[in-house]
Amino acid sequence: MDYKEKAKELRRDIIKMLYLAKSGHPGGSLSELEILIALYYEVMKIDPKNPEKEDRDLFVLSKGHACPGLYAVFADKGYFPKDDLWTLRKADSKLQGHPDSHKTKGIDVNTGSLGQGASVSVGLALAAKRKNLGQKVYCLLGDGECQEGLVWEAAMSASHYKLDNLTFILDNNGLQIDGTNDEVMSLGNIKSKFESFGFKTFEVDGHNVDEIVKALKENVSGQPKFILAHTVKGKGVSFMENNVGWHGKAPNEEEYNLAIKELS
Amino acid sequence: MGKAIRVAYGEAVAKLGHTNDKIVVLDADLSGATQSKYFKKEFPDRFYNVGIAEENLMGVAAGFAYQGFIPFASTFAVFGTGRAFEIVRNQIAYVNLNVKLALTHSGISVGEDGGSHQSVEDISLMRSLPNMTVIVPCDSIETEKAVNAAAKFIGPVYLRLARPAVEDITNPDDKFEIGKALTLVDGNDACIIACGLMVSRALEAAKELKTSGIDTAVINMHTIKPIDKETILKYNSKCKVIITAEEHSVIGGLGSAVAEVIAGTNGSKFAMVGIEDKFGHSGNPDKLFEEYGLTKENIIKKVKENL
Repeated sequence: MDYKEKAKELRRDIIKMLYLAKSGHPGGSLSELEILIALYYEVMKIDPKNPEKEDRDLFVLSKGHACPGLYAVFADKGYFPKDDLWTLRKADSKLQGHPDSHKTKGIDVNTGSLGQGASVSVGLALAAKRKNLGQKVYCLLGDGECQEGLVWEAAMSASHYKLDNLTFILDNNGLQIDGTNDEVMSLGNIKSKFESFGFKTFEVDGHNVDEIVKALKENVSGQPKFILAHTVKGKGVSFMENNVGWHGKAPNEEEYNLAIKELS
Repeated sequence: MGKAIRVAYGEAVAKLGHTNDKIVVLDADLSGATQSKYFKKEFPDRFYNVGIAEENLMGVAAGFAYQGFIPFASTFAVFGTGRAFEIVRNQIAYVNLNVKLALTHSGISVGEDGGSHQSVEDISLMRSLPNMTVIVPCDSIETEKAVNAAAKFIGPVYLRLARPAVEDITNPDDKFEIGKALTLVDGNDACIIACGLMVSRALEAAKELKTSGIDTAVINMHTIKPIDKETILKYNSKCKVIITAEEHSVIGGLGSAVAEVIAGTNGSKFAMVGIEDKFGHSGNPDKLFEEYGLTKENIIKKVKENL
């Protein structure tokens, strides 16, 4: 299926949410979008009408700050009404600045403090094996996030426990708050790092839904999976693309109009 | 001598495993010390060692709780509350997940391993987290009850467990209820509110005070949070002095919790016995208790000074 128009629509939602909230994280929300589309429209076993279904697949947005992207997907999938999106970050909103499983339907795990989602994913996947309902666990990591030591504690345990029901996906947009990954703290060969930690690794164009879906559907046995997804931070809005400054700020009116025009 | 508190924990959780299949136990390469080895022996497939990785221990425990299990996560108190603090905060307390932190080797009674391994700040850290319940059992009998109560309770619980063997001072038929202090001795002049290994010292102090005509109550405040305000306020209005006694820093522990209740009430005079803003060091636990003033004598002195 072609998701080009859907992606544009969701990107417009993201921009509008942040514009109305007057804060938030556009760069990572735009870079991760096709990964979320692959998961929620093609791969994951979910039921938006029954978001806590016992045997559902689980998703952990370990890079929790990029939740506007997830919220846009959730509204489109019917977890909650689309109008809720325009309340993002407000005091009475269901949509918190970082994912909150108690407040927002569809959120499986609270995240926001980096590295922790990876660790919780390992617990979810171990528990899934115990429950034996065929649940799969998907965890989306940021590249800068991999500077957190906990990611590697989690990676080591995922492989030790042969968690073939767990997939780590890396939104590799190359930028973080203080600059490029290489300026701040080089990740080196991140794919080979996960490979040496015992993951079966894949590499995809992170804006090509078909490629992502194909990698997500690859059968792996006896080891966890790692998908390196090459993405562009701020994807779809020319002045945000590959621009460190757009990690965590909202567009003003002029920028909002410009972005919406580009995404129409 | 009774059983070590940590052994009582290990045995209790292993026993619980037979009646509750939702219980899983996690450890970070210390199962022989924390005594989670008992559970591991009974239920090898429900025991998870995460290796020397306390942050991951807490994150993985959170994952189990999200999926409906009741994870008991064990390591030393200094690592579980300190090194893993922010994972406990954001993944367990903030989410109000049903994780039990069964952390042993708390306080200076760790002894010879020294200050790096002796938590003097753990109650303070855990008590300040919204949603977190904090329990400090005083002997092996109470430990088993605390483990059972924690498993039944829905929400995060910190069980602060000591390393050494101690005399059993509570009775098997004493009722244990989270948040309800146990009045061991009633009294009208002074009241000693103690937790953990200081409860036995409080009892000895009260006995001696009684012989010198000071009618002294002893309260076993096994739950530091939620604190039993009712019992504290009762003795605050009837006794001239309240002394708290704990194997923990006087900053943020039991003493602070009691002070928060009686502040501004015009009740009893108040003083604390605890570790005076210092780290521990290597040594025999009894010797350390003397050096840090965690003694019957110091409790008696504080009572008399304030009467």
